[in-house]
Amino acid sequence: MSKGNIAIIGDRDSVLLFRAIGLSVYPESDALEASKCIARLAREGCKVIFVTEPLFVACAETIDKYRAEAYPAIIPIPDGSGASGVALANLKANVEKAIGADILFSEDE
Amino acid sequence: MATLNVKPTRMELSNLKKRRAVAIRGHKLMKDKRDEMVRRFISYVRRNKELREQAEQRLADAMRAFVYARASMTAEEVEEALTYPARPAEVSAKLAYVLSIAVPKLKLDTSDAFSYPYGFATTSAELDGAVSALAELLPLLVELAEVEKTCNRLADEIEKTRRRVNALEYVMIPQFDEAIHRISMKLDENERGNLTRLMKTKEMLQGK
Repeated sequence: MSKGNIAIIGDRDSVLLFRAIGLSVYPESDALEASKCIARLAREGCKVIFVTEPLFVACAETIDKYRAEAYPAIIPIPDGSGASGVALANLKANVEKAIGADILFSEDE
Repeated sequence: MATLNVKPTRMELSNLKKRRAVAIRGHKLMKDKRDEMVRRFISYVRRNKELREQAEQRLADAMRAFVYARASMTAEEVEEALTYPARPAEVSAKLAYVLSIAVPKLKLDTSDAFSYPYGFATTSAELDGAVSALAELLPLLVELAEVEKTCNRLADEIEKTRRRVNALEYVMIPQFDEAIHRISMKLDENERGNLTRLMKTKEMLQGK
């Protein structure tokens, strides 16, 4: 068992508030810088990295590298402008990949 | 379908039969693993969806509260209030295993009650509201991280396992079957050839 901190990467306005509850905040709005930041945090043993949805899409390549490992968990969160549906689309893609058909979202309709 | 290129000998036949037995056993195990993974995946993914919707909703509320807070204070005051880092939130991270797939197990360390990292003199009540809403949300976010990562890992692994199951079922095992069939035909044919030759020789010897 090991300790790790929680980091959040996103545009300044969306993530500033998280500093008040003790997360390590990295205000980035550039995809390249954010990718570097993710790589560095992963190397430093950060366990959970929250990334705002626009950056999550922009850094998809970097994030994919960590898919096969248990840590860090890189999780998209909505930014100040609200959820764009990226995370739910991800979830849906997972279901389709694993089961072959979308069973979660079809039952809502 | 590409056929296995093997010499038609008894040795090869017995080897192939062994390999076929292993492949069939492997296929059965892999299929069971896949079914169980899918079963667990479904329960995880339902939980994931629930958490995700809840987190997004509450996060949007907290963000909105923060927008109001910023409106009621000057930008400098907000900056100042949030510059002081709070007691860092830590998670203790373990590895859990779902069918021998390493998945994260996170637990938020909350030793003492939450306290605001700034003084109340220059900050507005809206900011307090936003911060406390977010603090309440944190355990949910950590759980979401855990479940979502688990789902990702399981989905990847299910896909891989399914490919293996299909490769065994539709490629490997039929190939073995075909090769075994071919070799036994060849051996039988040799046997018959041998027998006829013997009979013929005997006939020739007797007819002399």
